[in-house]
Amino acid sequence: MTRKPLLAPTVPAPRALDPSAAAAAATRAILRDTLDGRHRGVVVDSPPGAGKSTLVVRAALELARAGRPLMVVAQTNAQVDDLVLRLAEEDPDLPVGRLHSSDPRPYDPALEGLDQVVTSTKAAELAGLDVVVSTAAKWAHTKVSEPWGQAIVDEAYQMRSDALLAVAGLFDRALFVGDPGQLDPFSVVGAEGTAQWAGLSYDPSVSAVSTLLAHNPGLPQHRLPVSWRLPASAARLVSDAFYPYTPFRSGTDHGDRLMSFGVRQDGSAVDRVLDEAAASGWGLLELPERHVPRTDPEAVEAVALVVRRMLDRGTAVTSERAPDPVPLTAARIAVGTAHRDQAAAVRAALAGHGVTGVTVDTANRLQGREFDVTVVLHPLSGRPDATAFHLETGRLCVLASRHRHACVVVCRAGVDRLLDEHPSTEPVRLGVAVKFPDGWEANFAVLTHLNEHRVRWRP
Amino acid sequence: MSLITSLARLEALRAGRARPLATVRHRHLADRPLVLVPLTTAGETGAPLGALVGTDRDAPRLLTVPQPRDRALRFAFLAELAEAVLPYVEEYADVTVTEERKETDPATGRRTTVAAELCADAPQLLVPGPAAVEYVRLLGRSMRFRRTAEEDPAADWPAPPRVPLLGRWLTHFGERAHLPGSALLLSTTELLSRHWATGQSHLEDQHLGALLAWIDPPEGSTGPEAARRAELARDADGLLLHPPAGPATDPAFDNKLLAPAIARYDQARTAVLETGRGHAALRAADTTIRTLLLSQLRPTWDAVWRGVDLLRALPEGASVADRWKRDRWSYTGHRDRLRAGEPPQPRRDDAVTAARKLAARETAQARLDAQEALDDPLVMAGRRLAGEAFAGEVAEVVMAHSEAKVPRPRPLVTVRTDDAPLLEEGARVHRVLADGRSQPAEFVAAGPAGLTVRLTGGMGRGKVPDEGTVPAPGDRVCWTLFEHAPRGGPELPEPEHTPWTHGGPPGGGAEEPDPVTSEDLL
Repeated sequence: MTRKPLLAPTVPAPRALDPSAAAAAATRAILRDTLDGRHRGVVVDSPPGAGKSTLVVRAALELARAGRPLMVVAQTNAQVDDLVLRLAEEDPDLPVGRLHSSDPRPYDPALEGLDQVVTSTKAAELAGLDVVVSTAAKWAHTKVSEPWGQAIVDEAYQMRSDALLAVAGLFDRALFVGDPGQLDPFSVVGAEGTAQWAGLSYDPSVSAVSTLLAHNPGLPQHRLPVSWRLPASAARLVSDAFYPYTPFRSGTDHGDRLMSFGVRQDGSAVDRVLDEAAASGWGLLELPERHVPRTDPEAVEAVALVVRRMLDRGTAVTSERAPDPVPLTAARIAVGTAHRDQAAAVRAALAGHGVTGVTVDTANRLQGREFDVTVVLHPLSGRPDATAFHLETGRLCVLASRHRHACVVVCRAGVDRLLDEHPSTEPVRLGVAVKFPDGWEANFAVLTHLNEHRVRWRP
Repeated sequence: MSLITSLARLEALRAGRARPLATVRHRHLADRPLVLVPLTTAGETGAPLGALVGTDRDAPRLLTVPQPRDRALRFAFLAELAEAVLPYVEEYADVTVTEERKETDPATGRRTTVAAELCADAPQLLVPGPAAVEYVRLLGRSMRFRRTAEEDPAADWPAPPRVPLLGRWLTHFGERAHLPGSALLLSTTELLSRHWATGQSHLEDQHLGALLAWIDPPEGSTGPEAARRAELARDADGLLLHPPAGPATDPAFDNKLLAPAIARYDQARTAVLETGRGHAALRAADTTIRTLLLSQLRPTWDAVWRGVDLLRALPEGASVADRWKRDRWSYTGHRDRLRAGEPPQPRRDDAVTAARKLAARETAQARLDAQEALDDPLVMAGRRLAGEAFAGEVAEVVMAHSEAKVPRPRPLVTVRTDDAPLLEEGARVHRVLADGRSQPAEFVAAGPAGLTVRLTGGMGRGKVPDEGTVPAPGDRVCWTLFEHAPRGGPELPEPEHTPWTHGGPPGGGAEEPDPVTSEDLL
């Protein structure tokens, strides 16, 4: 996983209210509420790239320094390993425990090289360490005689209510951090298998934060106001389309991030869409309208070509991190899809073009990750119907908010008509908070914006 | 919808006849199921109108409510339903076998093996469609909290003696139906669409007549023609030739025939009450309603049994008995709760119960998906096409060992296959050994000779793998990316230890009625 910058990596151009100052003020308020211990829980909503991991690391360090040992709950092993590495980086003397499963290769081998990190499958062997980190799944199988005084729950909006139920007995107080705009947790038994609990405050299939706030409405809720990842060209759109009532802004201004090519465009649609993305931060490569199987060969080929040309044209990026242009490497490019078979098809196509090192994954697995440029296969491309899965707000939000410089979307024409033909028909249930915006609305907003950066292509 | 299902539907459309989605039957079908075809009153939620019920396809028992808004008649109907259903449900309660099962000893917390009583068989309810399953749940909910005159002599509307008990059983059946792969309460349309793909949409598949028309069209007709007739054909009076399978009725039937018949019944009854005469007219009005409702129920009744015939023609899948045994445990457990005098199932689950149920359903879903694939090569083909399994011939076996102090055999097996599984290095795969155990392996690499996996277990304890646990070149093998016996979720706290994040322990005592708000006053 890519390291994200610490809060306020540089001082950007002064504006009405300095984003660094705004972010620092928010962080101070969060830490104050967390450390003073008056509330059993503190909730922090974080838009994409707003320094959520940095906040978690900082809160963990401050709590540990205040002599308050804590447990950290993350959702995946990759997130846990990343947190442990960052904690070790920030404070090489802090004793950290990594509680892990008994599967083969349960954690990142990089942890072995760190003296202050203790790994174990048993919580008892990690007792007394300042910070113990593990996944929610592992914590759920852990029994302790005395609960921790404090916990941090990372990615709390991706954690299901029943997963929180299984671990909440392990701690007295907790800081819940997460991004409400990303993918909601789901169940393999679908909406029908969970419908009977819809509207109950403790519906086991909703997010942990929904249940927590329903039962503890007085908890302080904070928000990180600045996205350090998203460029100025994307922050506005992502904020408007996915966070209409909790707007945020980018930490950098227009012109702070630049993308340039060593090779001039050859007039092809692929090159033109790259130029458009370099100039505006967004590009839509539109293929002719057609109903296709999920692994649409033409769209997959188009995605692979965009990546290939990006590497061939000697792309370089300039940002606040470094004064000079840095060559864009394959490791800084990601391709996002809706389905795993689409990702597999793109991987095969990239291999066919001799491209290696590019991350290709589904929206679910790209959550929390950051790249310079992303290429997205639109979830609704070439579909005859718009199901709830493909319309899900969080899916599009994840795909449209992984990049620091530019995002190229590959899509077949006709999605606007598809949206018109499939208004949201999800049943409205009593007691269930209606999510705004709904997937339809968000898709429409993004599509409208992308249409201004459209390049048509006939393969 | 998976790719193989889409293909099957396309084929069905082209052939004008349903295509099989399975080569074996994936659900238990009792030798003597109880078929229940309910009808409900339009515009009156939870007011039953009539039902056909029974275990003998030639002699269904007809129950009707001549005036559905009359509570006394409704109770009479429910009492009669209890009389028809409960003896069947209870006749399995006393024939038991002894089974060993693991239980956690509450005193020591250890898992111990105890002998427990398990009913040798269990009742099975068959209804036409998912709406009827929902209706069974609704009926159960409407009955289980009723008090009989014996329980509460002061009640204004005491329920007939066995009605609350029926409510508790129907609630149990309805709840169990949510568990993937369970078979205590099954809907015929869902059963049929699990085993056959038609050339129509999923929505259209919910019409039992149309679905049967695709699967088994009458002589000289095709699926789409017969399905269209089943859906739309009306007689001279504008009534559907194939009435809907319920519980909702055809509005044309309601307006043209049922409403006038009920009006005549009301008239006749008023006359009897006022004059004390006219019993013959009342009986005639009642008989008319019975005849009318039978005309709506009987085609569906016959259709359900036709579905049973079609499904019985398929051999039973190998894991079906295992899942039916879990249903028998469920039935036995509910029998025990009733015998112990426990109160009826609560209106709403508490946080812990809801989470436990969801975990049970998710585990059951994963188990069902795995078992169906292992039982049925056609289902496995769908998983292979989706990249979740691969099958082929073993091209090469290279013996290798682990680097532990005591090296363990870790042979590398290369499989020649045309499948394209979605594998990453180190991904775990599983296959079934000859003795039924599951063998794990991890994916190593894809090479020109095929896909190579390293066996990581299932070879016994010795330095040399046990006989028959390592495939030989030329063997056919099938590896799956999914586990064969998925584990359940983590242990959850007891309801009385519900944490603060979930509102703390549920409050005891009776539930409060909803408070009256200003919006309640019209």
